[in-house]
Amino acid sequence: MIMSKDFNLEQTIKKIGHYLPNQAPLKDFINQNTLEAFQGLHFYDAIEMATIIFGYKTTLLDDDYRALYQEGRIKDEIVDAVIVRKKGPDDILFWKNKMTQVDYPNEIQPRIGQLRKQWKRNYDIDIDSYVHSILFRLLCNYLDQGVAIWNFPISPDGFISSIQELEKNTSVSFFKTKYIKEQFLSNQHSIESLLKIIVGDNSNLYESYLFDQQWAHQGWSGIVHVIEKNPSTLLETRKISIREILFLELFLEWDALYYHFGKDWKPLQESLRNTTIEPLFTPIIRDEFFDIIELWQEAFEWTYYDQVLAGIAEVERKNKRVDYLTFQGIFCIDDREGSLRRYLEMLDPRCETYGTPGHFNVEFYYQPEQGKHITKLCPAPVQPKFLIKENSSHRKWEKNVEFSKQSNSLIRGWIYSLLIGFWSIIKLFKYIFKPNMSPAVASSFSHMDKDSTLSIEFNPSHPTEKNLQIGFTIEEMVVRVETLLKSIGLTDRFAPIVYIIGHGSSSINNPHYAAYDCGACSGRPGSVNARVFCYMANHPEVRLRLQSKGIVLSEHTRFIGGLHDTTRDDILFFDEGKLSSKHLALHREYQTVFSKALNNNAKERSRRFKSINTKLSAEQIHVKVQERSVSLFQPRPELDHATNALCIVGNRYITKGLFLDRRAFMNSYDYAKDPEGVYLSSILNAATPVCGGINLQYYFSRVDNQKLGSGTKLPHNVMGLIGVANGTDGDLRPGLPLQAIEVHDPIRLLMIVEHSPEIVQKAIESNPSTYSWYSKAWVHLVAFNPSDRSFYLWKNNTFEPYTVVLPDVEIIEHIDTLIESKEDNFPVYVLK
Amino acid sequence: MTLILLEFIIAIPILSFLMTWFVPASEEKWIARSVWIFNAFHLIFILSFIVLWILNGSDSINLKELVLFKSIGYEFFIDFYFDKITAVFSVVGAFLTLLITTYSSDYLHREKGYKRFFNTIQFFYVGYTIIIFSGNLETLFIGWEILGVSSFLLIAFYDDRFLPVKNAIKVFSIYRIGDLGILLAMWLSHHLWHENITFHKLNNFELVHEHLESHTWVGVSISLMILLSACVKSAQLPFSSWLPRAMEGPTPSSAIFYGSLAVHLGVFLLLRTNHFWEQQISVRILIASIGFLTAILTSSIARAQSSIKGQIAYSSTAQIGIIFIEIALGWDILALIHFASNAFLRSYQLLVSPSMVSYFIRESFFVDKPTVATWIQRVPKRISYGFYILSTKEWNLDLWMYKTYWDPLRKMSAILNTPFWIKGIWFTIPLYIYFWFNFSERLLTIHWIHDWLPLLFSSISLWVVFRAFGEKGKPFRAWTLVIYYHFWTALSVMYNEQFKIEQLGVYLSGVIVSGILGAALLLWMQKKEKDLLLDRYRGLKRQYPNLSLFFLLACLGLSGFPITPTFVGEDLLFTHIHEDQVILAYMTSLSYVVEGLAVMRIYARLFMGPSIRTFHEIAYKSS
Repeated sequence: MIMSKDFNLEQTIKKIGHYLPNQAPLKDFINQNTLEAFQGLHFYDAIEMATIIFGYKTTLLDDDYRALYQEGRIKDEIVDAVIVRKKGPDDILFWKNKMTQVDYPNEIQPRIGQLRKQWKRNYDIDIDSYVHSILFRLLCNYLDQGVAIWNFPISPDGFISSIQELEKNTSVSFFKTKYIKEQFLSNQHSIESLLKIIVGDNSNLYESYLFDQQWAHQGWSGIVHVIEKNPSTLLETRKISIREILFLELFLEWDALYYHFGKDWKPLQESLRNTTIEPLFTPIIRDEFFDIIELWQEAFEWTYYDQVLAGIAEVERKNKRVDYLTFQGIFCIDDREGSLRRYLEMLDPRCETYGTPGHFNVEFYYQPEQGKHITKLCPAPVQPKFLIKENSSHRKWEKNVEFSKQSNSLIRGWIYSLLIGFWSIIKLFKYIFKPNMSPAVASSFSHMDKDSTLSIEFNPSHPTEKNLQIGFTIEEMVVRVETLLKSIGLTDRFAPIVYIIGHGSSSINNPHYAAYDCGACSGRPGSVNARVFCYMANHPEVRLRLQSKGIVLSEHTRFIGGLHDTTRDDILFFDEGKLSSKHLALHREYQTVFSKALNNNAKERSRRFKSINTKLSAEQIHVKVQERSVSLFQPRPELDHATNALCIVGNRYITKGLFLDRRAFMNSYDYAKDPEGVYLSSILNAATPVCGGINLQYYFSRVDNQKLGSGTKLPHNVMGLIGVANGTDGDLRPGLPLQAIEVHDPIRLLMIVEHSPEIVQKAIESNPSTYSWYSKAWVHLVAFNPSDRSFYLWKNNTFEPYTVVLPDVEIIEHIDTLIESKEDNFPVYVLK
Repeated sequence: MTLILLEFIIAIPILSFLMTWFVPASEEKWIARSVWIFNAFHLIFILSFIVLWILNGSDSINLKELVLFKSIGYEFFIDFYFDKITAVFSVVGAFLTLLITTYSSDYLHREKGYKRFFNTIQFFYVGYTIIIFSGNLETLFIGWEILGVSSFLLIAFYDDRFLPVKNAIKVFSIYRIGDLGILLAMWLSHHLWHENITFHKLNNFELVHEHLESHTWVGVSISLMILLSACVKSAQLPFSSWLPRAMEGPTPSSAIFYGSLAVHLGVFLLLRTNHFWEQQISVRILIASIGFLTAILTSSIARAQSSIKGQIAYSSTAQIGIIFIEIALGWDILALIHFASNAFLRSYQLLVSPSMVSYFIRESFFVDKPTVATWIQRVPKRISYGFYILSTKEWNLDLWMYKTYWDPLRKMSAILNTPFWIKGIWFTIPLYIYFWFNFSERLLTIHWIHDWLPLLFSSISLWVVFRAFGEKGKPFRAWTLVIYYHFWTALSVMYNEQFKIEQLGVYLSGVIVSGILGAALLLWMQKKEKDLLLDRYRGLKRQYPNLSLFFLLACLGLSGFPITPTFVGEDLLFTHIHEDQVILAYMTSLSYVVEGLAVMRIYARLFMGPSIRTFHEIAYKSS
């Protein structure tokens, strides 16, 4: 039998919460490391543990790697280099032979579920089939944000109290047996006493039992845990906790057993006899199979990284600084902006582009006009103290009669279904053969009305609302503008126009729409932030005070905010009416550059879209891309962060002219202006968890799309507006759908920082949580040392020189020819 | 001329279904294109046919197409029929199928099973077309069976997960009750009319009236059987709970199947046969009451549903309940309009259902929630809470199906799978051989033989098929038991009434051919897979894609699907049971239901469900 510590409910509940999926409701979907719970361990130990305990598939299979090796997507030279790095130079052949020849038995029986499986085995009862449907129904009805017409009678005391309130007042019941209903209402039971009834006296089994139980529906348990931690993630808040779900589920199990067997059954432990149940968290002995997986995974990753480093070494020598500037554009760090920046630079060689997290260093809550609630517009962990309100907006929400709930009631539904049926089929016909904007589209441009006014400046006569300060004081503005500009190294040589471009997306029929928007704005479009930042940077008082900080902004320079819709490749500029005639003329000129760049960008993206012929002209493709974004039947309006693999922190000249195929997050940074790495450390503190989180979410959703992703989105059914499930009685499916990850190569993020290794080390060491991403190898790190122009690899918590294995990078003459050639992932190219 | 056109209309979906077989699975574009061309062509064809038909005076058309089997006093023939009901159903069907296949051609891009999806949808459309154009119950039954199988395949489209497979079997088993309704209606109407009556003749008021005068009991029974089938197909009470559970496939397939076309076929069946039952006031009252109860209960369930597809499904059922009332009242035209409109609305709602997240979130962000004043807030808590709980639990409809249908079946098979009964089967073999070889027509004149032996044999066949249904061990054993069951059924009918050997041949030929095919495949597989058992889902389809297809064909053949003569034989067999032999008819039909389940269970357990190979990505059982 089992030997373990005494059962401690509090700790177990905490532990369950720790390991449950941590995904917020749909409207707040933000990418984060799926295996965050294991981040205290080294990457390879963590994934082995996750596999053995929870049965997650955490890497590709050895056969997949071998296939990649055959295709040349894992290079032989890199395999050798990786073996040397990991196992020393002596046994290359030995390990290589194991990698390519030996077949490992890779069927794994996870530890989770072993105890509760005994119900089926020893009692021949499928307890989940009794419990799940009613449990899911109760949870979904309780948490529902507006699907049902009859609402759950909510008690302010929480989930269990609400059910008790229902049960108390009526003779019908959610339980199958009267006896359990009485017990449920008797208030005599606790989780421990129920466990004793169901599992038995042996408290050593309790933890395993509760884990098994919750992992039979980790989707619902996960969302309960998220809502418990952060109730404001629901617009209609609900009080609920893991403790309550455990309590209810044990009652439902008891009910099932009582219904099935009557009084005549013994607790689970009685049936175990000689079966040993291994405790979930006993330490794991490293299996050689995982050594091999590690070698393959590193070889796969370094085959790509090595090209990138070779490319950087190639271009950074050639790039020259431009002296006379037309305009500067500051974009989000997002991987989807890289190609747009590249096209702008190609079309206008005298422009300059920068990257920084898309909330542009202004953090606040936003309340649109008529909005009943406020929404956070900055990275999720930040708790802003400011509120920006939208006024005089002219936005109107169109209604969609088919969404009306009347159609689901009886008598009015009769009239509805008689009358609007014919109308809706005409609409459907139109949507299918000629898609266009409709109220069903989640559109990025409607986040904020272009012509509205915003309460950006603090007004002492109307200081606060909802405990938040409305607007920023001048000093608060100065700090934010200064920090942003200094962190990206833009402190002098200002062009006449500096564009601040946030991003968002538009899609239809897409429950995961929030994942497509800006992660730095908590899954919302970045339009308000761009506009707020421009207001600050254009403010004469702010500019005056900035002078003393060494940033001189003259009348000659104007900031213009904008929003890039990454699905439609549209840009909307704000406050154009406030421009002087001189600036307006320049702006009109640059706008044509933007629109050409957007056409080209659409063309580059279209190579992944089968519905569009990439050989068409950029203008034609752009129209089709826009059409695609509003097509009901298009499960991939855009590919979001798929294929992301890099984060580059440094000057643009180390990557300018490099074709990175939209795989890189790019944060601008000038080492020369930050010799001590002060700004570097704050950049890395922000970028590491955000980019690393996105990358690992894609990684794990890709390698196990069933357990860690949400599977194909085609059968998804929206549950209570908070999550998706398959069919009507399934568990919630957290993670990314198949359509988001199918072109993604599961490799970890490589962080490339342009600064000396000493400073980079200092920068990451300044924050333990950032440091652990690198020390535990969840993200790779390379420093590009500006003084000797060479690379240093972070390994075993120190930097050591890295020599590029395959230094030749192919040069591409015409980018269009390349883009039209194929739809698969490209290696790195240098653009001529 | 019009007759040839009618034949074309029926042939086009069949051709298109066959076409999709020949396009390679990698050629998404060509699959979609060929389906599109055929479906567009079909719509145009139907529309022009209707124009022509109206110009010609819009009389009902009957077309006796093909005699499949003929012997003295028995004729099995394919018959087609066209009138305004068919006109409406065909236009709505063709239009929605065209829209939804067009929709799916992009929506399913890169999905594993792209070809399988279009195959199945076109197969469904073949079934739909046959049903709505059918001119007699026999032809309708062919379409009915096709629909049942295609629905099974679409619900289990994601057969690598547990729930779709479980729900597919669930729905299939309920559909099987509907099939039974049609089969019994066919059986009784043979005895009523002494021929395979066409719907055309049913419209002849005098004829119907004259026959029903003398056979009131049979007439009512036929109506009840038809109503049973209609309730199953249109998810009326007490069967409503299958509809939301069927929404497991890709959204467009749910839209076409359960949102619009398939679920309205019960409506079609009632409209098609209404001349038969319109004189039976009791039946009309029953139809209206079922419709009324369904409308009340399912609309209350819809109100308490927090999943979008579930809500749409139940709202649709509630409207179909109202359509039932309209039909019972004799308002055919209104019912037709209501059908079309409801089908359109629900397909649209299902297709845009993923958009509801952003739409409703936006609405609740910007708009104050309107306080819907419904009656439920005005009644005492005791009533309103009770109503809420019951609606949340779907009025225990699913539980009720367990209690009255699945659990008894399971218990029965558990009892018959105890060692005593397992071993007992061996003793039936000599018995069978004895009676088979000693059969002579003279025996039938002996009273006790004629009265009791068919019943005895039929109970043995029921025993055998329950044994097959509950088998947890070797699939080969379950399979041979099913074959054995067919032989006992044949014997029981042989001893019931003069049964020509050629008729026996018709029945058993399909059984033997598909039985041998299936047995061979199973033997081959047992060699490759160690411990190939029926104790759990094994998901072997990924390892044996082709074999699984052939085995599916064998399963269909063995269970009397219209691909072998057994299909005709089944009907033939029933005609030899007299209308007063209720017990024999009951046992034969019960074993028919169980046999279908037993065969599909073998297929599902072996080839569907999560793979037993754990290095695949394995979905959670609850997903």
